[in-house]
Amino acid sequence: MKTTSPNVKISIRKLFKVFGEDPVNILPLLYDGIDKAELQKSSGHVLALNNINIDIFDGLITVIMGLSGSGKSTLVRHMNRLIEPTSGKILMDGNDIMDYGDYELRQLRQNRMSMVFQKFALMPHQTVLENTLMAPIVRGENLEKATENGLRWLKRVDLEGSEQAYPHQLSGGMQQRVGLARALTSNAEIMLMDEAFSALDPLIRTSMQDLLLQLQQDLHKTIIHITHDLDEALKLADHLVILKDGFVVQQGEPQHILLKPSDPYIEEFVSDINRARVLKIRSVMEEGSRRKVSHGSINANISLETLIAIAEGDTSRSYEVEDGGNTIGTISMQEVFQALVRYDIQHK
Amino acid sequence: MLSYENIFDSLGLREWCDESQANSLMSLSQLRGDKIEWWELPFPSLDNLHKACSAIPQTRDLTASLETGFLAVRPSLRLVLDPLTQPLSWALDYTLLFFTTMPWWALVPLILLITQFVTKSSRITFLVAICFVFFLFIDHYTYAIQTLSIIFVCTVLCTLIGIPIGILMSKNDSAQRMITPVLDMLQTLPTFVYLIPLIFLFKITEPKLYGLAIMFYSIVPVIRLTNLGIRLVDKNLIEAADAYGMTARQRLVNVEIPLALPNIMAGVNQTIMMSLAMVVIASLVSAPGLGTLVLDGINNLRLGVGFVAGFGIVVLAVILDRISKTALARIDESRKI
Repeated sequence: MKTTSPNVKISIRKLFKVFGEDPVNILPLLYDGIDKAELQKSSGHVLALNNINIDIFDGLITVIMGLSGSGKSTLVRHMNRLIEPTSGKILMDGNDIMDYGDYELRQLRQNRMSMVFQKFALMPHQTVLENTLMAPIVRGENLEKATENGLRWLKRVDLEGSEQAYPHQLSGGMQQRVGLARALTSNAEIMLMDEAFSALDPLIRTSMQDLLLQLQQDLHKTIIHITHDLDEALKLADHLVILKDGFVVQQGEPQHILLKPSDPYIEEFVSDINRARVLKIRSVMEEGSRRKVSHGSINANISLETLIAIAEGDTSRSYEVEDGGNTIGTISMQEVFQALVRYDIQHK
Repeated sequence: MLSYENIFDSLGLREWCDESQANSLMSLSQLRGDKIEWWELPFPSLDNLHKACSAIPQTRDLTASLETGFLAVRPSLRLVLDPLTQPLSWALDYTLLFFTTMPWWALVPLILLITQFVTKSSRITFLVAICFVFFLFIDHYTYAIQTLSIIFVCTVLCTLIGIPIGILMSKNDSAQRMITPVLDMLQTLPTFVYLIPLIFLFKITEPKLYGLAIMFYSIVPVIRLTNLGIRLVDKNLIEAADAYGMTARQRLVNVEIPLALPNIMAGVNQTIMMSLAMVVIASLVSAPGLGTLVLDGINNLRLGVGFVAGFGIVVLAVILDRISKTALARIDESRKI
């Protein structure tokens, strides 16, 4: 979880993307704040991204969430310039990648970024192992060493024994694990995941999410994960960005967004969430308080659901909250139950 | 007829009209000064206008000027095209020589071995064996081999030239826009029509004459299907190739060509079939092979000769089609998508 404030890896500033015949001349209208529907009506241009300003933190999972048409897939493709912005800056470790020429851009894609795709995008004419070795092959590395590395990652994603199979012989979940192994074998510090789990059925999706979290515990890669599934977003995200119609509605820590939605759109969005499972003690407790408690201490990172189980549903109890051996606050069961009430009902 | 004379007269062009023919003869109707009714007025075609004003050329002058124009550029055209196409003559000559001097007991097993290698199907190999025994038995073997060697050379060259053109078209929309009408024209022009300039350009005994005629006709499908095949490659895969930083060349060699291969092979199959179809017409310009027998059948009304040779061409077509289709199916099988 989050500790000290992490470094910014990628920061996107004033990014606009307009699809249409003459996007550049449309820009002044956008600076004046024209909205999507109006722009489409008056000029036939489609506004995909509207003044995006976000920071992606080093070593964390940033989830960009939005419904279809919100521009989330377009946004992630800007980070390796598969799509060129109409205007704006994309800074990576302080360098604007918009200034990169063909060669530098290719170097960036080969060495520093990997990508996992919604539709897997595995080469159907290559074996699982050949697919996994895509990045080292493109870089022209020594194949023997790369193969060793590739096999290690295939084993890590539980695909040992399928190295010589072709993608069409595998199930969807297995294919996406090949996609994941391919991204990991590239050994890039940044991993872009474009709705990587959306095409999988729910059980497989959950196990892939767990796999990703496990891997991330050791790897600490900078992961940008795109999804339309709020449960997935809340499960994976260290930093959550919510997009709607091409602009950022709210961004921040997921718990914070859940407890303090800034906008009716997000309130509606989060209203169906199982709050007991998603909210952590840390976000609900009274921070730094030294109240007298009726019972012992509990970990700050467990969910409210777990705490209710520990307290056996007894509303009169209260606990001390500890994190890494230090007491950081207290929590009463009353606070726990209040936090379960939806934001819109709380503030009626 | 005095149909258009009045117009030229009223425009004051009479003098200009008669300049070229000072002593132009007047037709009977002109002398009589007949006036024609408006509904009898003919379309102002070149010939009709020429009658009214002899300075305007006739249609036959147009075709004649095309001819003289072509004859005028012919020497310089030959100077460029002759050395450029000479390798084609050599290829055709030497392949023919190679195949026809090789004894039947060496060549037929070689062909069967190749068939077995590309199709991995003993059924097809058996069919090919039967067909060659048939050709040997009715003494058409040499003709069949001549036809086969012409098709072999033309198909190989069409593939070598056609695939790069197809790739160019798939990568470049303006190249596609320019080349597509040419391909349409090559496919729809009656084959005799492009034989005519070829006959003007080259000596009728030169092999490159029929080689070019066959290739112009049969190169079209391999170009079209290469272009189509590469354009049809899944966009998601192209995106993945780009996301991992492949160069355009790496993408072409590792992703696009392998995935377009089934379509390219279908194009090669069509190219083989179309060059076989041209073999009879090519025999008009001295191409050896079964076509000459068909031609003999037509010229001398020998029904039997023409019919058996025609049947031989069908047999060749069937085995070539089966071999290339089975090879194609084998590629599809190993790259199921």
